[in-house]
Amino acid sequence: MQTKDINENIAWAKINEDVLRSMENPRMGYWVAVVCCVAMVMCAVAAEIYQYQVGMGPANLNWPHMWDLYIATFVFWIGMSHSGTLLSAILHIIQADWRKPIYRFAEAMTTFSLMTAGLFPIIHLGRVWNMYWVLPYVSDRGIWPNFRSPLVWDAFAITTYLTSSALFLFIGMIPDLAICRDSARGWRQKLYTVLSLGWQGDDRQWRNFRKIYLLMACFLIPLAVSVHSIVSADFAMSIMPGWHITTFPPYFVAGALYSGCAAIITLFILLRYFFRFDEYMTIPILEKTCKLTFAIAMVWSYLNIIEFAATWYGHDMVAKELLIAKFVGPHAPYFWMMLFCGSVLPFTLAFEKLRRHLPTMFVVSLFLNLGMWLERWMIVTPTLSFSYMPFAWDVMWPSMVQWAIVFGSFGWFGLLFLVFVKVFPSVSMYEVKEMVFHRRHYHSSALANQFHRRASDPKPGDEPSKEGA
Amino acid sequence: MSLKNILENWSDYRRTAEDGGHHDYEHMWAMAIDLNKCTGCNACSVACYAENNLPTVGKKRMMKGQGMHWLRVERYWDEPDMGGDEKEYQERGGSFLPMMCQQCNAAPCEPVCPVAATYHTPDGLNAQVYNRCIGSRYCSNNCPYRLRYFNFYSYYEESWPEPLNMQLNPDLSVRDKGVMEKCTFCVQRIRVGKDAARREGREVHDGDVITACAQTCPTEAIVFGDMMDKSSKVSKIWAAHEVELGKHEQHKSDPDLRGYRVLEGLNTDPCVTYLERVREA
Repeated sequence: MQTKDINENIAWAKINEDVLRSMENPRMGYWVAVVCCVAMVMCAVAAEIYQYQVGMGPANLNWPHMWDLYIATFVFWIGMSHSGTLLSAILHIIQADWRKPIYRFAEAMTTFSLMTAGLFPIIHLGRVWNMYWVLPYVSDRGIWPNFRSPLVWDAFAITTYLTSSALFLFIGMIPDLAICRDSARGWRQKLYTVLSLGWQGDDRQWRNFRKIYLLMACFLIPLAVSVHSIVSADFAMSIMPGWHITTFPPYFVAGALYSGCAAIITLFILLRYFFRFDEYMTIPILEKTCKLTFAIAMVWSYLNIIEFAATWYGHDMVAKELLIAKFVGPHAPYFWMMLFCGSVLPFTLAFEKLRRHLPTMFVVSLFLNLGMWLERWMIVTPTLSFSYMPFAWDVMWPSMVQWAIVFGSFGWFGLLFLVFVKVFPSVSMYEVKEMVFHRRHYHSSALANQFHRRASDPKPGDEPSKEGA
Repeated sequence: MSLKNILENWSDYRRTAEDGGHHDYEHMWAMAIDLNKCTGCNACSVACYAENNLPTVGKKRMMKGQGMHWLRVERYWDEPDMGGDEKEYQERGGSFLPMMCQQCNAAPCEPVCPVAATYHTPDGLNAQVYNRCIGSRYCSNNCPYRLRYFNFYSYYEESWPEPLNMQLNPDLSVRDKGVMEKCTFCVQRIRVGKDAARREGREVHDGDVITACAQTCPTEAIVFGDMMDKSSKVSKIWAAHEVELGKHEQHKSDPDLRGYRVLEGLNTDPCVTYLERVREA
């Protein structure tokens, strides 16, 4: 049974070779995946063109269901973007070095899911062509957006988060891009020459690099937390039963980390399988990710219970009625499915046997994310079905136009990710080397003596860490 | 595009936004609806369609919830223990509640609009600026009364085929797809009334302005007027039933007084008072 996070005897050149190999010569399967993704995107494009032409009618977002899948899926994608920050920034700051082989693709996931999420508020607008009115651009007529509206906060939060996470992804990639530059030819060489910003790997560059990387990490953590709190404000700031809930910001952040971690497990297994990254994306690292996911799942479940209890004992009759309607009403199958996927299924992550079994974990992670998607839907829709006016109680199901656009968003995300893995290294080469280097301390007392600087460094003669064993 | 312009407008914006809108009202348009008098004939709704260029969307779309009835007459049937019976249409009839935009003074729809397309006017009206609306539909989601309607399609050609377009009211626009709209208390009539009064150099009198629904109601159940004018009919009804603006709970001297405002407890401070229907139990 594999117990080490990474094999410390792995050669530097082999790391470069393995990662660079993953970027070359796409096989047939890759092109099939690309074609599938493009087809999915085309479904969404066709639906959007139709909706743009005719109006919002075909989407079946009828009174009183003014929001439905679009906003639910928007929240879902925003949520998924939080995992990258968790792995790359939070775990970087707490010096959990097992994140190193897997943080790059998680960060790419952050950027791409934000790029997907950002499309939804635009798609759902009745007059898309006027969407820039939400931004405070300089207008001679002195017209401003309404700064009291959570939708305006959303626009700020998402653009800030997208910019900084893309920057963070790029900055973290510079040393790797230099490696790519040194071994590439043709258009790739030109691209990497520009992108690696003249990286030579000298001491001054590394110092500056470390500083800016840490700075960005510190900047991103509060940003990530605030972004999803602001998204939750779309609901919490309203006066609707089931939306006007104080625990929404932490609930949304927990849900975001949860679905993000589940997506990391999915992509981890896919990359490991297709790119033969067995030596970098190892089972102990997967196990650690699973444990993290399990912990977050329990936080999420706890916040769910708080929400139910607060509504139940709050004696706001309308909110209580809505809660009962969620459990036994027309949305009940989806609601129970969400509770099962979100709170019961993660217990599979608590068992070592299951955790180490890749096919099981692959399926479980997909179901966890299904649960999280349902969670967002069950936040948005039942409230609109059953709110204050009994006259306006109506249950409505999304139309094909909505489903097509939601379906297409997964294709869009997949397409971006597929392009990414072939153009950029999806495993951080320099950080894996760093990790391997640190692990070698355990085995060579000479090296350990030489590099023993900080109190937290392993002391010569220490036993290797048993964590994850 | 000067910096000065931005800074000045910004401070203007800050000044008005900090108080949450206007406080020096010129008028406070309000309604009182006597449910004892309401027969549920829907004439008010029809008048509203004619006055405000509301598109008729057809039975199918109406069933889907795409109707554009700014004024809807809600029907409620009593439970058997409240005096109703088991039939689909009860012998003693239903109860009717004509609902139009309640023109809340603390309107939940206003703060959530990202582009400030809905705001409070010095007339005490909750205005909707069609040109500014981008159709995020947040206002409708945050309206506890669900009294905002969205243009799901472009209705112009379907609803008013030639020569029906000649019947459109020229005093207000026909809204295109993707725009939210709702009852305006016939703001175009208010404008005409105010202009006429200004030309004659006098104040607006009670009865100068009357909304289409109030004008049409055969039983005169709907009364419209200015709450700032203490002698107006509507202020007298409000005062008689001890309903006051700016409260989320009315303390009445006599429990038999029938005035109430819908969902008052949410502190939306609506401008429409309903006089409860009295029936035998």
